[in-house]
Amino acid sequence: MSIFVDKNTRLVVQGITGKEGQFHTRQCFAYGTAVVAGVTPGKGGQKMDDIPVFNTVNEAVKKTGADCSMIFVPPPFAADAILEAADAGIGLIVAITEGIPVLDMMKVKNYISGKKSRIIGPNCPGIITPGECKVGIMPGHIHKPGGPVGVVSRSGTLTYEVVHQLTQNGIGQTTCIGIGGDPVNGTNFIDCLDAFQKDPETKGIVMVGEIGGTAEEEASEFILKNVTKPVIGFIAGLTAPPGRRMGHAGAIISGRSGTAQGKIAAMKQSGIHVCENLGALGKLCASVFGYA
Amino acid sequence: MKIHEYQAKDLFKKYGVPVPAGGVAFTPGEAAGIADTLGGFPVVVKAQIHAGGRGKGGGVKLCNSLGEAEKSASGIIGMNLVTHQTGPEGRLVKKVLVEQGLNIQKELYLGIIPDRASAKIVIMASEAGGMDIEEVAEKSPEKIIKIYVDPLAGIYPYHCRDAAFGLNLPAASIKEFSAMLKNLFSIFVDYDCSLLEINPLVITADGAVIALDAKINFDDNALFRHKDILEYRDFDEEEPLEVEASKFNLNYIKMDGNVGNMVNGAGLAMATMDIIKLAGAEPANFLDVGGGASAEMVENGFRIILGDKNVKGIFINIFGGILRCDVLAEGVVQAAKKTGISVPVVIRMEGTNVETGRKILSESGLNLITAVDLQDAAQKVAQIVRA
Repeated sequence: MSIFVDKNTRLVVQGITGKEGQFHTRQCFAYGTAVVAGVTPGKGGQKMDDIPVFNTVNEAVKKTGADCSMIFVPPPFAADAILEAADAGIGLIVAITEGIPVLDMMKVKNYISGKKSRIIGPNCPGIITPGECKVGIMPGHIHKPGGPVGVVSRSGTLTYEVVHQLTQNGIGQTTCIGIGGDPVNGTNFIDCLDAFQKDPETKGIVMVGEIGGTAEEEASEFILKNVTKPVIGFIAGLTAPPGRRMGHAGAIISGRSGTAQGKIAAMKQSGIHVCENLGALGKLCASVFGYA
Repeated sequence: MKIHEYQAKDLFKKYGVPVPAGGVAFTPGEAAGIADTLGGFPVVVKAQIHAGGRGKGGGVKLCNSLGEAEKSASGIIGMNLVTHQTGPEGRLVKKVLVEQGLNIQKELYLGIIPDRASAKIVIMASEAGGMDIEEVAEKSPEKIIKIYVDPLAGIYPYHCRDAAFGLNLPAASIKEFSAMLKNLFSIFVDYDCSLLEINPLVITADGAVIALDAKINFDDNALFRHKDILEYRDFDEEEPLEVEASKFNLNYIKMDGNVGNMVNGAGLAMATMDIIKLAGAEPANFLDVGGGASAEMVENGFRIILGDKNVKGIFINIFGGILRCDVLAEGVVQAAKKTGISVPVVIRMEGTNVETGRKILSESGLNLITAVDLQDAAQKVAQIVRA
């Protein structure tokens, strides 16, 4: 089992003919993902490798039965692309694009609320169920299929680091999700934690947060009340200065809110095993998840 | 992106939000000239820097004559203003805002920010104006009114009424306040603000509602559609190395330590700074060269890091995913040769083709120290800077 994507996922790539879109479509395809369609307005009727390209998501869905979209559209047009996917009935929309204005995402999130679509991202590496389906830009080969650990993170390469350490310690993953580094995102920690808690194959969870906002604090509260599986937490940004945007648009300490110290304290209070040394995360996971 | 108070007030004026009469001055003479046009005293001389807490630091003076205004301006312009937001090194003041003094009846707080969790725009208002709003929020949260506005529906008159009645405004000021709040909300949305704050917003003795202060931050991601705002950027307020880095699309933030570091990805870069500290050293910077760092970016990264004279050692931490380690190693070697690295460099790389990558580094003939893992790397670089 897994959450959100599996071997039955049928992927359409929005922005498939761009440089990034092409490269990562090929990587996903090579990993075994069923890439059934691409969309680039004006290039309908062409093919990218053997994948048919359509002018609109609506057309792609009707002709191919795509149920998941991966978006590489540049920031000024990304909100449009997400809404197009949602209105075409796409169930899972994975927005890789970095640099979407916050106000655009706020509108998207309010529009989508109550509809059946789920957005992952934006500004994220995507989602992977190892051995089954990769919808994103993460290197597939560092993952180990079969579970039992679910990974959820606000970061990209930091997630790869965490997954790599899990794999090195012989610990496989059910699903790994990057929820993105922007202040307003589609799927949050709680959505993923809830899904992991309900997934019988997932026996433990690694949650990777960073400074900015209060998502980790809210997730900790949720864990205390609803998650019975062991959770290991890591927070990046203990040394980050206040008031500075640390690469990710969402990674900023505003006044007294969003500090790593506050998040770590909240995690500890909720019984999360907090890893304070990233270098030793794999070993901590091995010990907590019973691989030692 | 941040702008100055006088620039924010320019925007306010364009949107019909009342501000005190006044103007910006770069010399004491100019300051006196502006004071002379304001039609009376007192006038206020305010330092213009991108940091709060200016009053407490001595950057705001009330003046009762032209001579006083000129003297205050000459004291403030050129001063190194230290506030709780500038850090101990302070900020050099290059300009002042000279404004008419007002007969203040009541001081309020008004702020507009995006709320991350609900994805709504929040209007925050409080009768506890002129104070540190975070302290108010902590000690007496009941004194802050929060009004959530759906960004799709926009602001409606009832939002403004909620704020006005919540603030116990005098009946005569409610209409004026509501119009002003609607206009401020328009600025927030039209310009993709990430913060719009007035502290204090004042009610004068004759019932007028006036923005005594003005602070606006903009969403960097949205600047592509606000070319006019880019003209407000003040490079004097930014760290020169950060300005240089931004030209190459590098995310660089200067810090106080002596371990330079270069990492691909923002989260991993923060975690790398943390592990440097954990090993007993202090990071000199944050530098994210992007998920798929190219040789050219690594080269520019080296130059920026070495532009900081405090740097005694460099820690490169790369997780090669889709970017292969051997390609990256070649890039590092080329960049190191070109830049002429003067300090020891510890490299930790992991991921695709890592063995070949390590081999390229060790055979390069350069003073590159390879590490087996994160902890090993952090300890090695900490040892180097301690020596």
